[in-house]
Amino acid sequence: MSLKISEIESLIKEGFPDAEIKIQDLAGDENHYSATIKSKIFTGKSKIEQHKLVYKALKGKMGNELHALALTTIEG
Amino acid sequence: MNENTKKKIEDIIKSNDVCLFMKGTPEVPQCGFSLAVSNVLKHLKVNFKGINVLEDNEIRDGIKQFSDWPTIPQLYVKEKFVGGCDIVKEMFEKGELQKVLNIN
Repeated sequence: MSLKISEIESLIKEGFPDAEIKIQDLAGDENHYSATIKSKIFTGKSKIEQHKLVYKALKGKMGNELHALALTTIEG
Repeated sequence: MNENTKKKIEDIIKSNDVCLFMKGTPEVPQCGFSLAVSNVLKHLKVNFKGINVLEDNEIRDGIKQFSDWPTIPQLYVKEKFVGGCDIVKEMFEKGELQKVLNIN
């Protein structure tokens, strides 16, 4: 099971319409990614809350179709 | 998650100040993210309890619900969920993890 960069990006865009998103396929295997997301939605929230919002936007794919996504969230 | 699993997880985090739910053991981590967090704790010379979720499917699934967090590793300090690999690394780099762990 894998997920393409474009699919991850569109899910995140849906959850964070204002976001600046950078996604990298770390191993070239469509399974290990890193993402940097900058959004106003993160402002004032704890890191745990910020990452949970991203996982929510990924609609349960994190830990399933999406094995590894190193996350950096930035308050926009 | 059934009550037994919930109680098992609660018992673990209550009886250990620093718990790392991980894939593999602190000696032999089985996943790069678990290795990274384990290395940060070792670097800080923190005594921690490593819980190998690969040995217990109930805990592996249960801890994800318990913390409302979809991935492993997960770090708990004094019964409080601190975060996964990215958060722990970021906190370490900023010196915040050391504060949570009471290290100067």
